[in-house]
Amino acid sequence: MRRLGNPVLLLAILATIALSFGFLELDMGNLASTEGLGQMGKYASRFLSPDFSTAHLLNVGRGALETIAMSAMGTLLAAILGLLLALPAAGRYGWALQGLSRLLLNALRAIPELVWAALMVLAAGLGPNAGTLALALHTAGVLGRLFAEALENTPAEPAEALRGAGGGRVVAFCYGTLPNVWPQILAYSLYRWENNIRMASVLGFVGAGGLGQMLYMSLSLFQEAQAATVILAMLILVLGVELLSYWARQRWVSV
Amino acid sequence: MKAQINDPAGFPRLALSLLAVLLLWPGLNLSELDLKVLVTGDSARTIGKFIAGFWPPAYNSDFVALLYKSTLETLAIATAGMALALLIAIPGALLATRAISLSALSRGGRPVWWAQLLRWPVRIALIGLRSVPEIVWALLFVRAVGLGPTAGVLAIAITYSGMLGKVYAEIFESVDIRPTHALLEAGSSRLAAFAYGILPNAAEELVSYTVYRWECAIRASVVMGFVGAGGLGQQMDLSLRMFAGGEVASLLLTFLLLVLLADVLSRLLRGRLA
Amino acid sequence: MILQLSGVSLSHASGIEALKHIDLTIEAGERVAIIGPSGAGKTTLLRVLATRLQPGAGLVELLDAKPWTLSARARQKLRARIGMIHQAPPLPPRQRVVTAVSAGRLGQWSFLKGMLNLCYALDAAGVREELARLDIADKLFVRCDELSGGQLQRVGIARVLYQAPELILADEPVSAMDPTLAGHTLEVLNQEARQRGTTVLASLHAVDLALTHFERVIGMRDGRIAFDLKPSEVSSEQLTALYANEQLLHDSDPVALAKPHIKPFPECG
Repeated sequence: MRRLGNPVLLLAILATIALSFGFLELDMGNLASTEGLGQMGKYASRFLSPDFSTAHLLNVGRGALETIAMSAMGTLLAAILGLLLALPAAGRYGWALQGLSRLLLNALRAIPELVWAALMVLAAGLGPNAGTLALALHTAGVLGRLFAEALENTPAEPAEALRGAGGGRVVAFCYGTLPNVWPQILAYSLYRWENNIRMASVLGFVGAGGLGQMLYMSLSLFQEAQAATVILAMLILVLGVELLSYWARQRWVSV
Repeated sequence: MKAQINDPAGFPRLALSLLAVLLLWPGLNLSELDLKVLVTGDSARTIGKFIAGFWPPAYNSDFVALLYKSTLETLAIATAGMALALLIAIPGALLATRAISLSALSRGGRPVWWAQLLRWPVRIALIGLRSVPEIVWALLFVRAVGLGPTAGVLAIAITYSGMLGKVYAEIFESVDIRPTHALLEAGSSRLAAFAYGILPNAAEELVSYTVYRWECAIRASVVMGFVGAGGLGQQMDLSLRMFAGGEVASLLLTFLLLVLLADVLSRLLRGRLA
Repeated sequence: MILQLSGVSLSHASGIEALKHIDLTIEAGERVAIIGPSGAGKTTLLRVLATRLQPGAGLVELLDAKPWTLSARARQKLRARIGMIHQAPPLPPRQRVVTAVSAGRLGQWSFLKGMLNLCYALDAAGVREELARLDIADKLFVRCDELSGGQLQRVGIARVLYQAPELILADEPVSAMDPTLAGHTLEVLNQEARQRGTTVLASLHAVDLALTHFERVIGMRDGRIAFDLKPSEVSSEQLTALYANEQLLHDSDPVALAKPHIKPFPECG
């Protein structure tokens, strides 16, 4: 059955791909023609001389800092909110609250950051605040689910033993459960922060601050040189954070 | 009398806490974080009215037909983008990986320096492709090839080729190298050594990662429309601009369903193919 | 009289009757060993005495109180006066020994002191003193996941010594140690108990340890007390009967700590 199933599945996948191209009516031939490629090349060449003037670099630097701040604050807020939601979602306060918090986490998670950002721009006005809130909301859903899973899988005995020796609920959680889930909380938060830097740098497309807003503006004004600098800054930012988080994971989370 | 013992972790922890507080302040400043704004002022009233319009979700036949078409378009963008990404990622990964290096054979697994020098540019190119977010590529392609799904497909193809290529190369290097080396020493070609030595061991992880990325591509193509690259996002952008609460609600529900569907399908495929 | 059980019975959720009408009285300062085949109900008995399980029938009296008539808050207070040593010490792997041991006094400390101690070991000297009694003072600032099974069990004992309860309940406290070390550790535990006037009730699977280190030995089988004697009065016939048909698949208790699992790619980015 399995032997027979896989070729069928493979065919189905190939058919889906063919259907996708058909549905979109992609004209790859035209794109790959000398004319199409030439046009793209001409457009690309305008990005080849990035604007490195001091004024622009300062602007980009500020945008980068704003992006980092948005992502860090958003992730921090999300980790706190996620942990608060993960406690009921892990079934600690009965099934009714568990179902409710799970539904909430899934809803938060299913709506992409950019959509949250568009909504938050309406709610909180243009600027980085909207972006931070958008990241916090979506990430809270993601982290909350992961935290809840971690809480469910962690042994209950240490906290129970402390309760048995007369400890309070909160201290028993902090001494018995938290040390066990702490590496996971840290690893997932760091991982998510890494993603959020990427996201924070594009939330500006809908007006939520950071480097994205600069990029969107300069592209709208056909200032490709300035845009190229912003893209470079994004690249450096993303790679830098990746290195940092890789190092942090090696240092603190290697179990 | 027993002497007081100082906790050696005390100072590092104090320093770390101080550092965190020091970083928190500019962080709060720069991100302009302000939760009050959500519950006070005009904007709160506006959003309240907007959200009140969510019920009932729009369900007239015209809109549902539009929704259906956009959903299919989103799925098609993700799938076509992934297919193109694979076309770039597989050769890229083969070029970048050390796993099928001939010169590494006689040198304890470490290739000669000029071979490494050839691999690094490919690696850097893959990392570079991946590190620019897909929606930035989409924004750029919209300007280069015009509005519509083509830009979305190209954006996904570019970003995901980088991601897939880099991870594929790492997966190739993570499996047991002895079968490959044995084949290479027996004089087989590098591609044959790859197919017989690495692929059987790495297949499961490769498939699992590819399906996972496909799921991610669906999520990415949902929002790509915000910059004009087709799919559900474009409709979302329009409805938001028109303050059409009912339409936004329907779109959000569709997102929810799509994400759930992708989640289930991805789990199924991974279980089936692995 | 520090504890008294009269007519205590308990059935697990699975329907197994773990304790059948137990009557037991232990006076303050006594040091009692419980022996018996696995599944005899030793652990259940200890958990009932630790007020972790409420018996289905019968009366429990502990430290001059009836725990199941008390309010939850008062019961927590009572629990702070009882120390439980577990066979597999329930310690978080990444916690430092100093924190794990000092957690013994969480029932006595204020909330604020407990939280502060989590950030900075407030009484490292006091913890070290208890560790020194068990010859592991050098492990004070070591993480629990770097310890062997026997060392972990000694950390668990140190935690209860640090708690300084009036009643110590020990469930196979030395199962992961070699015989010499096990004997020495029980010696230390009993000596401390004698000096502080603490009552000790320990379940053991090694009969010889029970006979040499305790002044009263209780044999348990099938949820009942088979005998309750001084060590010198326990005959080999009684022991044979106690362990009759005992299957020799003694769970070589893995006193190991689980490692947390982190998913490689949890969510799209």
